[in-house]
Amino acid sequence: MSNTTAHTSAAGASDKYRYYLPNEHHVENSTALGFWIYLMSDCLIFACLFAVHAVVGRSYAAGPSGAELFDLPLVAVNTSMLLLSSITYGFAMLEMQKNKVSATLGWLAITGLFGAVFIGLELYEFVHLIHEGAGPQRSAFLSSFFTLVSTHGLHVTFGIIWLITLMVQVGKYGFTAANRRRLMCLSMFWHFLDVVWIGVFTFVYLMGVLA
Amino acid sequence: MSAHNDSHNSHAHGADDHGHGHDDGAAHSTFGGYMTGFVLSIILTAIPFWLVMAKVFDKPATTAFVVLGFAAVQIVVHMVYFLHMNTKSEGGWTLLALIFTVMVVVIMLAGSLWVMYHLNHNMMPVSAHEMKNMP
Amino acid sequence: MFDNLDLTKLIFGRLTWDAIPFHEPILLATFIAVAIGGVAVLGALTYFRLWGYLWREWFTSIDHKRIGIMYVILGLVMLLRGFADAVMMRAQQALSFGDNAGFLPPHHYDQVFTAHGVIMIFFVAMPLVTGLMNFVVPLQIGARDVAFPFLNNFSFWMTASGAVLVMMSLFVGEFARTGWLAYPPLSGLLYSPDVGVDYYIWSLQIAGVGTLLSGINLLATIVKMRAPGMKMMNMPVFTWTALCTNVLIVAAFPILTAVLALLSLDRYVGTNFFTNDFGGNAMMYVNLIWIWGHPEVYILVLPVFGVFSEVVATFCSKRLFGYASMVYATVVITILSYLVWLHHFFTMGSGASVNSFFGITTMIISIPTGAKIFNWLFTMYRGRIRFEVPMLWTIGFMITFVIGGMTGVLLAVPPADFVLHNSLFLIAHFHNVIIGGVLFGLMAGITYWFPKAFGYKLDSFWGKCSFWFWFIGFYFAFMPLYVLGLMGVTRRMSHFEDPSLQIWFQIAAFGAALIAIGIGCFLIQLVVSYIRRESLRDHTGDPWQGRTLEWATSSPPPAYNFAFTPVVHDNDAWWDMKKNGYVRPTDGFIAIHMPKNTGAGAILAGLSTVFGFAAIWHMWPLAILAFLSLVVATIVHTFNYKRDYHISADEVVRTEAVRTRLLAQHV
Repeated sequence: MSNTTAHTSAAGASDKYRYYLPNEHHVENSTALGFWIYLMSDCLIFACLFAVHAVVGRSYAAGPSGAELFDLPLVAVNTSMLLLSSITYGFAMLEMQKNKVSATLGWLAITGLFGAVFIGLELYEFVHLIHEGAGPQRSAFLSSFFTLVSTHGLHVTFGIIWLITLMVQVGKYGFTAANRRRLMCLSMFWHFLDVVWIGVFTFVYLMGVLA
Repeated sequence: MSAHNDSHNSHAHGADDHGHGHDDGAAHSTFGGYMTGFVLSIILTAIPFWLVMAKVFDKPATTAFVVLGFAAVQIVVHMVYFLHMNTKSEGGWTLLALIFTVMVVVIMLAGSLWVMYHLNHNMMPVSAHEMKNMP
Repeated sequence: MFDNLDLTKLIFGRLTWDAIPFHEPILLATFIAVAIGGVAVLGALTYFRLWGYLWREWFTSIDHKRIGIMYVILGLVMLLRGFADAVMMRAQQALSFGDNAGFLPPHHYDQVFTAHGVIMIFFVAMPLVTGLMNFVVPLQIGARDVAFPFLNNFSFWMTASGAVLVMMSLFVGEFARTGWLAYPPLSGLLYSPDVGVDYYIWSLQIAGVGTLLSGINLLATIVKMRAPGMKMMNMPVFTWTALCTNVLIVAAFPILTAVLALLSLDRYVGTNFFTNDFGGNAMMYVNLIWIWGHPEVYILVLPVFGVFSEVVATFCSKRLFGYASMVYATVVITILSYLVWLHHFFTMGSGASVNSFFGITTMIISIPTGAKIFNWLFTMYRGRIRFEVPMLWTIGFMITFVIGGMTGVLLAVPPADFVLHNSLFLIAHFHNVIIGGVLFGLMAGITYWFPKAFGYKLDSFWGKCSFWFWFIGFYFAFMPLYVLGLMGVTRRMSHFEDPSLQIWFQIAAFGAALIAIGIGCFLIQLVVSYIRRESLRDHTGDPWQGRTLEWATSSPPPAYNFAFTPVVHDNDAWWDMKKNGYVRPTDGFIAIHMPKNTGAGAILAGLSTVFGFAAIWHMWPLAILAFLSLVVATIVHTFNYKRDYHISADEVVRTEAVRTRLLAQHV
């Protein structure tokens, strides 16, 4: 928040500048806050989908349930892929703090790879389920499952596209202020997706098996 | 809200060339911080998976409760160690935005569950068993 | 798979020549009129070589003032379309009794009332409110622009894109026949297999992106870009209401996005969220969409509460009474708006315990609004009231909105609502608060800030005519509906059997005619004011003896708003400056850092329109192509790092010198 500057100290001069700044007012950059607010709105989209899952999550329509369908070991592997990608992004940010472009790009690449493996495993899971006749059209439970997990997966996919774009931009232009801000935003986005995944594996997979 | 130092006013630099050492109150990442968060997350993930896969508790309701608790804790761990959530960032607005969002989410989830439970009970009165097995 | 490949089907999806309503005389006539009018406008623009000017100065502008004006123009144009729908409904309901079937068969009538609601809420009220906030807030907080100027431009074009899709549904295909909230199962694939609901979904999803980004933008602006010294409790009340409104936007629109996405999955993929079988639950749609829906109406009304606070203080030459309580009331309304949503579906069957809770919260939420009314009245008490046109709208609001609010509290009682739900009483109530509140406030705000935007006041004679026709017309149009509702008449009916009801509908139609004249007077006012603009010119920038910072600038303000960033010490910052002998600086000007115009927003929104149209008509290759183009265009845009420039000190000197001369001539 801005407050009065130190200009109003001297007696005579203060009257002249009481109501305006003679120099260019340096406004703080709003990108981080703006992106955080966007993440909060994204959080609400997921919350809505979780609410839907809470309501129809047991509507199996005489079809298969979570306990019959979910491959928990696979989900555990997937979870670790995402968690590892979070920590590798963290390492990338540490390298950015030290102004090391190549090291940052290296860790970003590894992050992207973990993310790609995550998506790949998820797609494999989906194909397998659809093959078994447990596609999103089978029941409200499955509609909700596929939608919630896919929405998260779509976010990760867009995150990977963003990551690749940023790698090109950092590679080309280095750590300009704009690129730093963008890496910060992607960092927030990536960790936020891991937070959502905690909700997904807990609420959808683990509790889905428990029924 | 915390007062913000405006030493910028006396600098004559372009808006674009800030080093990352910005005074917006955001905590800096450290290797130790990330590793702590990582290890905690692994533990907080492994235990719930184990509880469910090994059917440790008799009642599924207990398992559900415990698992949800672990999830809540792990979310806080991520917020603190990965997202650097603190009271100073952006003059406290980041935390305020998070609190407001959490409040809306809680109202939406709790409210929807309460409302839908009553609606289902009154308007679609079938037992849970039938609900699972009804085409 | 390729044996039966029908190339036409691949390219055009389900779009065929049948989609054009050659056989509907009303639509055909409308299309011809629009086509002629459209060609005339486009022809004139071409003849006067205005395309370059429009593109450079307006369409690609990231200036919040220009974007605000464009939002308002969009809203006013769509008001004419939405009002045309209203006139058709009133006419049909006044005529269609017994053997007389009227001129609108149910198939068409249902689209009219659906379009009327969708357009009025999403493409009239939202753009008008957003436009006012966009124009005014940066000026009121002493900033040069919003936090994210490019996103601002993009948001406007996304809203316009949604409006374009809705308008296209008039001439290509049909619109939804489900009512403005499109409840399933009626809006599901089984009962609405045609394109109508898809037009509804995509126009709202695209416009919704714009609204959400605008919410984030204004929120960050108000938090981060206030002038030095302007603490939160020094902000003008309009800025406070804008802050709370944008909090509501950010916290409510994602829910609409999610719910419409689920409905579209049901329609496109065959999922079972809201179907009757396979475990679907249509009641969940109603629940979720009203969790959005109730905050939405506060999004519409809170800014106009802010307008009234500014107008009352200015035209009573008095500090607003109870500033702190106004702020608290606004924040309380913001939070409480999340606790009342079930009152929109008391009758769906959640039972007494749930209904009582929400009935009580609904009654509680009327209290802070009541506090605001008292504060405005206390401001007026012993003030020197000037009955300029904005003040007339304000007084009209106070009377009308209070009546509407009272009928709202009546409806908040669940047993009463069981009788009145979905009756014309409900229709009368919400039009009472939306017209009496939102529309009257928008007219007050537009009249109040018009001189700031364009440099001359609006003609007050035609303004008063417009007000009186709107005010009296409203009562003729909607009081009969309260009576009809209490007698048990249901909403959305295109035909009635009981002839004793007809007189009330005829009175209501008469009211609609008066309102039509009121709108006509407003349009005449715009033309007359333009013609007479020199005699209505605002030379000083402060035509109303205002109290807040926007009145410290010239009318219209320069692109940079303030040559020097203001420093604030108290509420009503401009009043404080005037009272304490502020002297406008005439030298020492420096270069000013400004963002550059860009066409990226219009291009991305244009691609979104193509995508939406393709998705509606199942033109899959085109949809995929449009979507990929969107992604590519976005990535390309992010490679544009050179987004700003400096206005040279010389240019600032010249601009300010013009103002100095003007002020000297018109002291």
